[in-house]
Amino acid sequence: MTFYKTRKDLLYLAIFALVIVAMPLWLKPFGAGYPDLMQRFMIFGVFAIGFNILFGMTGYLSFGHAAFLGAGSYAAVWSFKLLSLNPIPALLFAMVVGGVFAALVGVVSLRRSGIYFSILTLAFAQMSYSLAYSVLMPITHGDSGLQLANTDPRVLDRLFGADGTLPNLFGLSMHGMYGFYFCALILLACFYFSMRLDNSPFGMALRAIKSNQTRMSYTGFNTKPYARTAFIISGMYAGLAGGMLAVTDPLAGAERMQWTASGEVVLMTILGGAGTLLGPFIGAVIIKYFENIFSAFSDAKLNEIFAFLPDGLQDFIVMIVSPFVGEGWHLTLGIMFMLIVIFLPGGIMEGCRRVMKNLRRRSSEHPTRRSQLKPAE
Amino acid sequence: MDWLILQFLNGLDKGGAYALIALGLTLVFGTLGVVNFAHGALFMIGAFCAVVFSRLVRLETVTVDPERLSPWGTPLEVRTPVVELWLGDFGTFLVQYSVPLAILLAIPVMLLIGWAMERGLIRHFYKRTHAEQILVTFGLAIVLQEIVKASFGANAIPVYAPPAVSSSLNLSASLGIGTDIFYPWWRLIYLGSALLIIGLVIAFLQFTTYGMVIRAGMEDRQTVGFLGINIQKRFTVVFGIAAVVAGVAGVLYSPIVSPNYHLGMDFLVLSFVVVVVGGMGSIPGAVLAGFLLGIVESFASMAAVTRVLPAIDQVILYVVAIIVLLTLPRGLMGRKGVMEG
Amino acid sequence: MNFRNVDRRRFLKTTAIAGAGLAMPTIFTSASRAQEFCNMPTGGSVTFGFSVPLSGPYGDEGADQLRGYELAVQHLNGEGDGGMLNTFKGSVLKGNGVLGKKVEFVSGDSQALADAGRATSNRMIERDGAIMVTGSVSSAEAIAVQSLCSDKGIIYMAGLTHSNDTTGKDKRRNGFRHFFNAYMSGQALAPVIVDAYGADRRAYHITADYNWGWSQEESIVEATESLGWETAERVLTPLGTSDYSQWLTPVANSGADVLVLNHYGNDMANALTQAVQFGLRERQANGKNFEIVVPMFSDLNAQAAGDAVKDILGTANWMWKLEDEGTQAFVRSFGQAYGHPPSQSAHTGYVQALLYANACERAGTFNPEGVVEALEDFEFDGLGDGPTLYRGGDHQCFKQVLVVKGNEDPEDRFDIQDVFQVVDSEQILYEDDKWGGELGPIRSQC
Repeated sequence: MTFYKTRKDLLYLAIFALVIVAMPLWLKPFGAGYPDLMQRFMIFGVFAIGFNILFGMTGYLSFGHAAFLGAGSYAAVWSFKLLSLNPIPALLFAMVVGGVFAALVGVVSLRRSGIYFSILTLAFAQMSYSLAYSVLMPITHGDSGLQLANTDPRVLDRLFGADGTLPNLFGLSMHGMYGFYFCALILLACFYFSMRLDNSPFGMALRAIKSNQTRMSYTGFNTKPYARTAFIISGMYAGLAGGMLAVTDPLAGAERMQWTASGEVVLMTILGGAGTLLGPFIGAVIIKYFENIFSAFSDAKLNEIFAFLPDGLQDFIVMIVSPFVGEGWHLTLGIMFMLIVIFLPGGIMEGCRRVMKNLRRRSSEHPTRRSQLKPAE
Repeated sequence: MDWLILQFLNGLDKGGAYALIALGLTLVFGTLGVVNFAHGALFMIGAFCAVVFSRLVRLETVTVDPERLSPWGTPLEVRTPVVELWLGDFGTFLVQYSVPLAILLAIPVMLLIGWAMERGLIRHFYKRTHAEQILVTFGLAIVLQEIVKASFGANAIPVYAPPAVSSSLNLSASLGIGTDIFYPWWRLIYLGSALLIIGLVIAFLQFTTYGMVIRAGMEDRQTVGFLGINIQKRFTVVFGIAAVVAGVAGVLYSPIVSPNYHLGMDFLVLSFVVVVVGGMGSIPGAVLAGFLLGIVESFASMAAVTRVLPAIDQVILYVVAIIVLLTLPRGLMGRKGVMEG
Repeated sequence: MNFRNVDRRRFLKTTAIAGAGLAMPTIFTSASRAQEFCNMPTGGSVTFGFSVPLSGPYGDEGADQLRGYELAVQHLNGEGDGGMLNTFKGSVLKGNGVLGKKVEFVSGDSQALADAGRATSNRMIERDGAIMVTGSVSSAEAIAVQSLCSDKGIIYMAGLTHSNDTTGKDKRRNGFRHFFNAYMSGQALAPVIVDAYGADRRAYHITADYNWGWSQEESIVEATESLGWETAERVLTPLGTSDYSQWLTPVANSGADVLVLNHYGNDMANALTQAVQFGLRERQANGKNFEIVVPMFSDLNAQAAGDAVKDILGTANWMWKLEDEGTQAFVRSFGQAYGHPPSQSAHTGYVQALLYANACERAGTFNPEGVVEALEDFEFDGLGDGPTLYRGGDHQCFKQVLVVKGNEDPEDRFDIQDVFQVVDSEQILYEDDKWGGELGPIRSQC
C-alpha cells in the first residue's frame, strides 16, 4: 500500500515538476512567461502551500500569516546586509525567524479556536505591521523599505572575497531565469514535503483535528501539540516565502505584513481548493496573474486586440470589456471569487474533479463498460 | 480637567461609530450565522447616499457660453443650480440640510440592497463554512466598491454638515468649568443619533413580539421552525435592519470623514475586532466593546502616554483585543459554543 | 515519514528532467547578451513604461498622471498641438518620436506600494522591453522602483514623490526627480507664513507617522524655528487614520496658536476637515487668530477637503493657474483632450517624459550611460516652472516653488486654490550631500 502510494505520489510530483519547469514555454502565450512573475508564482505558491497545512489540513483560519512572510523578508535582507549575498543562509535565517515568530504567536493564539483564533492572529499581524511602520524603523526602515547598500558589512563575503551587489548563488544571479529555477526547486521541495506530510500519521492527526477537535480530545488525544506544530511549520513556509521574495528582489517593506496581504493568502487557498495539495498553488498563480496581467490592459491595448473587428463592434466590445481590466481588475477578481464560491465550493480543484468525474461517467455509459459496473459498497 | 472631558467625549464619539458598525455585523452573525465581510461596503454605500443626495439637490443645468472661454480655449460651460432656482427657500433648505435628509434616501436604498443581498446571495450560504461565507462576501464587497469607484472616482468627495451645526459648541458653561471646551456640534449629534439607533434596535428585539421571535430564533432556530413560524422571512428582515443601520451610520459619518470608495475596507477589520471582543453574536457585547475600545483608544493617543510608550496608540486596540480574548474566552459577552468550531 | 520508499531509478529520472529544464534558461539569456544595453530598441519604435497607481486611495492622482504621460507620448510623436514641446527651451525634440523611433507605451497598476510597483515595473522591463520606467504617487513606491530600475540598468524618471530620501539618502545614478521635496516646502513656506502670521508664534505639529511625515515635520520645524517661531508639541498619528479627534482636542488649550498638519492624501483631507470642525480657525490664542498650515498640498487632496481648504497656506510643485507660456500651452492641450485642467501629478509626469526623450535626443542614444550624462546639470526653461536645473550631484530639479492659498470663493472644484507667492529657486537650494547616500555607478546592463 505505501509503495503504491509513494509511486503514485512520485508520478504526481514528476508531472508537477515538468509543468513547472516548462512554465516559460507554456505561459508565454498568456503574456506571463517572464521571470519576475513566474518567480512570484513560485513564491506565493510556497506561501499558500504552507498556509494550507494550517488552514486546509488542520482547519485553523489564520488572518495573520503575512506577518511571518514580512518577518522572513526582513530576516533575509538583514542576512544579505550582515552576512553574505548568498541566498542559502538568507533563506535558512528567514525560515528560522518565521518559525520562531510563529511559535510565539501560536502559543498565545492557539489557546482559542474558531473566529477568536482568527482575530488573535489578525491582532498580532496588525501590531507587527504598525510597529514595523513606526517604532521599529531602525530594523525595518519604515515605508521606504529595507534595502541593500554598498556599505553593508557582509562579513562572510568579505572573508571569502566574493563580490557582487545583488543576491547571487555563488555568482549565479538570482534575478531573471536562474532566480525562477531556484524558486521552482524550492517550490517542488516544499510541495513534496507537504505531500509527505499529508500522507503521514501526523497529517492524519491534523485532519482529525479539523473534522472534530472535541471528539479527538475525548479520546484522550492531546491535539494542542499537533496544532502548534502545524502552525510553526506553516509559519516557516511563510518565512521561507518572504525570504524568497527578498532573494529575487532584495527589498523588504512593511506593507507585506498588512491584513490585506494575510487576506490574500486565504483567498488563494480557498480559490484553489483548501485541503488539496495543488489547489493553493493554483490559487496563488491565478491571483498573481490577475494582479499583474489584467491590470496592464489599457483602452489603447484593448483597441489593438479587437482591431480585427468592424469599427462599431470594436468600440462596443472595448466599452464592455474595459471596466473589467486595467483600473477595474479588482472588479474581475471580485466577480471571480463570488462565482467560484457559489458554483464550486471546493475551489478550482473541485471543478477539476467534477469535470473528471463527468468525463469518466460519460465513458462508463458506453455499453461495453456498463457491464463492468459493480454495485456501490 | 478639560483634557479628561475632551478625551472622554472623543472616546464616546469613536465608540458610537464603532458600536454602530459592529451592531449590524453582530446581529447578522447572531441570527443568520453568517460572517458578512461586505458589511463595511454597506457602510460605504450609506456614506455615498449622502453624496448622491447632495448632488441631487445641487442639480445643475449646463449651458455653453460662446462669449467666454475656458482656460483651455473652448467655450465656457456655465452651470446654474436649478433646485434653489425652482424651489426658492425650500431649495436652499434642501441644499443646506442635505446630510440629515439623505437618511430618507438611505433607508429605502439600504433596505433594497439588504433584501437583494439576503435573497440573492446570503441565503444560499447559511449552511456553508465560514471560510466560504468570508470569501463570497469579500468578493461582493470588492464588486460593490469597484462599482462605486467607477462611478465616483477614487478621490474622496466632501460632504458638509448643515451650516447651523457645522461649527463647534462651547461646553464649559453647561459643565461649569472655567476653561473653554469646544466640541463640534455634528459630533455631538452623531453620538446622540448613535445612542438612539442602538436603543431602537435593542428595544425592537427586546420589547416587540417580532423581536422576541427573532431572539428565539437566535437561541434555537430549529424549535422555532417546528412551532410553525417562518423564521426565514424574519431573518430577511434582520438582514435589512442591519443594512439600514450600517447605511444610516455611513450617512451620519460622511461630514466627519469624506466618503471614498474604500471607506468600508478601512472599517472592516476594526468592526470585526469590536464584534469579537464583545463576543460574536452578542448585541450588548458589541455596544460595550465599541465604547470600551473607543475610549481606550482616545486616552492612549494622548501625548503624555505616547511619550512613555511610543506608538501605543497604533496598537492599543489589538492589545486590548488580545488581553480580553485571553482572559475571557468568548469575548466580553459571547455565548458558549458560538463560532468556536 | 518515510523516505526510503523513493525509487532510485525514478528519482534519477526526475532529476534528469529537472536538470534539462535548468539548462533551458541559457537559451533565453544568450540572446540578450548581444544587447549593447538593457532593452535596446531595435525596430522602428521605442517603449516607455508608465507605472502609476490605478487602484487604491491614490487612484485618481495616478490616473491623471497617466493622462499626462499619454499626452506627452502624443506630442513626442507629433500628434496634437504639441503642447509644451513648443515652449520647451533647451529642447532638440523634433516631434517625430525619439531618435526617429515612434514612441509607444505600456502601463500598469503600481497600487502606490513598493512591492506592487516593483512587480509592475518588472513586467514592463522583462516582458514588454520598456527602455525606461516613469511614474509614482508615493515616495515608498518611487524609492522602491528607482532602486529596482537601477539594478536592472534602466532609467527611472520619478513621478509625484515628495520625500527628501528619493534624491537624498536613497538616490541612484539611474533615477531622476522633477518634483520638489519636503525640505523645499519648508524653506519656501516658512518665510511666507512668518510674514503672514507674525514672528512670535507657537506651532503645534500633527504628523503622519512614516518617513515622509517625519522629514516634512523636521524641515518645517527647522525653517520656522530659525525665523523665530517656537514649537509647542510634535505629535505622531498612524498612517491611514480617518478620525483625528483625539489628537485635535488637545491643540486648543496647549498654548499654541498655529497648527501644522504634516499629512498627505486622505489623511490630510480628513485631518484638515476635522480641525476646521473643531472650530480651531475661529479661535483666538495668545491674543492672535488661530491659524492652520498644510505644508504640502496636492490639488486632488484639496478637492477632497473641500471648504476646509479656504484661506489655508501650503506649497505646491505647480499649478494650472500659472501665467507663463509653458503652463498655458500645457493647460490648453490637456483641457481640450480631457475637459478638465491638469493636476500637478499630470504635469510632473508630462514634463518627465519630455525631459527623458529630450535627453535621448541630445545624447543620440537610448543607452542609459549617454542619457544620464545628458540629463545631469541640464538647464532648461519653458516647462511651466521657470528656469530649471537638473542637478548632477543628486539628480534633483531645482526650480521655483509655489506657495498656494485656499480660494475664498471657488467657482468650481478645480478652482480651489490660488497661487499666493512664487518662491525663487535660490531660496530652497541645499547641498547635494545633505542627507548622505550615494548615486553609485550608471548601470546599463540587464
